[in-house]
Amino acid sequence: MSILEKNDLVIIMKKSYMLDGLDCANCAAKMEKAINNLEEVKTATVNFMTAKLTIEADGDYDDLISKVEKVIRKIEPDVKIRKA
Amino acid sequence: MREALIIKNRLPLIIVSAVIFAAAILIHSSIAWLGLVLFIASYLIAGGNVLYKAVRNILHGKVFDENFLMTIATIGALCIGKYTEAVAVMLFYQVGELFQSYAVAKSRKSISELMDIRPDHANVKRGENIITVDPSEVEIGETIIIKVGEKVPLDGEVIDGTSSIDTSALTGESVPREVSAGNEVLSGCINLNGVLTVKVIKGFEESTVSKILDLVENASSKKSKSENFITKFARVYTPIVVVIALALAVVPTLILPDAVFADWLYRALTFLVVSCPCALVISIPLSFFGGLGGASRRGILIKGSNYLEALAKTEIMVFDKTGTLTEGVFNVQKIHSVSITEDELLELATYAENFSTHPISMSLKRCYEKDIDSSQVENVKEIAGHGITADVKGRAVAVGNSKLMDELGVSHLSDEILGTTLHVAVDGEYAGYIIISDRLKSDATEAVTKLKSKHVKKIAMLTGDSEFVGTRIARQLSIDEVYAELLPADKVEKVEELMKQKSAKGVLTFVGDGINDAPVLARADIGVAMGGMGSDAAIEAADVVIMTDEPSKLVDAITISKRTLKIVYQNIAFALTVKLAVLILAALGVANMWEAIFADVGVTIIAILNSFRALWVGNSVNSELSSAVPSPESMEVG
Repeated sequence: MSILEKNDLVIIMKKSYMLDGLDCANCAAKMEKAINNLEEVKTATVNFMTAKLTIEADGDYDDLISKVEKVIRKIEPDVKIRKA
Repeated sequence: MREALIIKNRLPLIIVSAVIFAAAILIHSSIAWLGLVLFIASYLIAGGNVLYKAVRNILHGKVFDENFLMTIATIGALCIGKYTEAVAVMLFYQVGELFQSYAVAKSRKSISELMDIRPDHANVKRGENIITVDPSEVEIGETIIIKVGEKVPLDGEVIDGTSSIDTSALTGESVPREVSAGNEVLSGCINLNGVLTVKVIKGFEESTVSKILDLVENASSKKSKSENFITKFARVYTPIVVVIALALAVVPTLILPDAVFADWLYRALTFLVVSCPCALVISIPLSFFGGLGGASRRGILIKGSNYLEALAKTEIMVFDKTGTLTEGVFNVQKIHSVSITEDELLELATYAENFSTHPISMSLKRCYEKDIDSSQVENVKEIAGHGITADVKGRAVAVGNSKLMDELGVSHLSDEILGTTLHVAVDGEYAGYIIISDRLKSDATEAVTKLKSKHVKKIAMLTGDSEFVGTRIARQLSIDEVYAELLPADKVEKVEELMKQKSAKGVLTFVGDGINDAPVLARADIGVAMGGMGSDAAIEAADVVIMTDEPSKLVDAITISKRTLKIVYQNIAFALTVKLAVLILAALGVANMWEAIFADVGVTIIAILNSFRALWVGNSVNSELSSAVPSPESMEVG
């Protein structure tokens, strides 16, 4: 977890998660697109090779993560998200 | 490891299914009903989980799901009596999936092997006892003991013992380095043959090993253009193929009077078999991942696939001089005083520079040798690009270049000498100068020559040094352009100017040692920080970090980039051509489901095998560079 400070005004949080069981590159791309479509998310990347999801967002992560989980479950129910 | 589990579970199913499938083919012609039962049995054994996923995913409303499309294709084939094809599609699809899992697991493992540099314990001396703790629990200033064969857990300075250490995990350099008291050792190296007592100088989080791991783990999150292109392509490819398949099944039978529905349905089903863009989607990140891994093994840490991709397009390469092309180790060559004694001149200059971390200050201290009483230095002011003013022992001392003297209105001798001239003024009077010079790195000339052979059109050098020194060095290295007497801020401006000269697709790569040039590193298309973990700001700002001091590593980096790109383009071209050809032939009724299986599974396997070559690029570079050393462990695949 790191904090990127921009102009001392907006603080954007960046968090990483592991996606256990991610073994389909196409699904990874689909997840990335779907997570980016979530309103709270500024940018999200799913790195297929390291099975890592990085989300930049402002606001409440706990709330966001349950939404992200839902998105992931819809695309690939076998993938489990956990804190990196 | 989950992937290993999948392979373990799926492989027996595939084998059983294949055996039953073979039996079915043999029996089918004599006992039709038994053959059919065996076909269906092998189909269900091979494709059970695909059918399950298809049902589950279609309930989520995912029409273009590959499992669903495969299910439609195979069930359709079964319905029109193409049993052999139906089972073969499912069986080979599973073989392809298995191979993908295997390939991904293998690649991921290669990165976790790289992570093997993480030290798991430290032997710390507390009181009379030596206790073994986690490296993160050791504090700066504590003493640790490193036994033979152990990893150096934290960065530190050797206080006792001699040994050789293997730095290959950090630098890719396989020749061990000899260390003894006074030398610095970096975490992640392996102690080979003597017990070392080391004073810790950096906490675990700040230690080299943590920084490298962080960099490697977070690499490739930034995606290459090729990867983004393929992701976008995949998004439209499947729907288009499916729509055409649907049209093929329906339209001809409605329009053509003698069209046989089963025949066109077969063509449509063949389309569905080719509808998965898997080969492309998986082989591209796999290739880049391999290239990034190959580069790290050679001590070149690249922060993302996009940078690996862009390196090959370097048109203009800009080098910072000091510490990048030259060793950055200055030595006092000459002391010339005009008013005070030489010793006094050196003493005043050294005291004034006491708080500076600049290499020049280090060289003065080395020459002065005596201890410095820092309480006698006051009012230190560092003027970037000019020098330092300070009150030393009650006297106003100014140490710096000719610009500083001009600014202070002190007349001084001219400095037309190869090296850096430090002018010293005491109480507003010129006192003399000290000449400090630097040396070119041994591979600097080779690096510049080879970069030119790699189609880097222009090589430029930036330096804060005098025009005279700059031009001399540039001529020696056959560098195309040199910009001298620059302040740190000027460097950004120069790089911006140079960026206007490149073509639209070209890339400007800036290489610096990270001291004072973080803004330039950030501004260039690709910023390369050299000389390892020197400055934190540089590692943060740089896109590529070269662990060793060799500028020739840039040649390696470009070579690896070009080879990786070549593999990526081969895969894209190959997969697209085969798929397109099979689609057209299938639409015309020439290609059957067997060709479609090849276009799907065969192409995936070939593309993955090809992408594995990217894992080896780091090693194959060796054969090209005479100065390079073989990497200690080569990747083994298959």
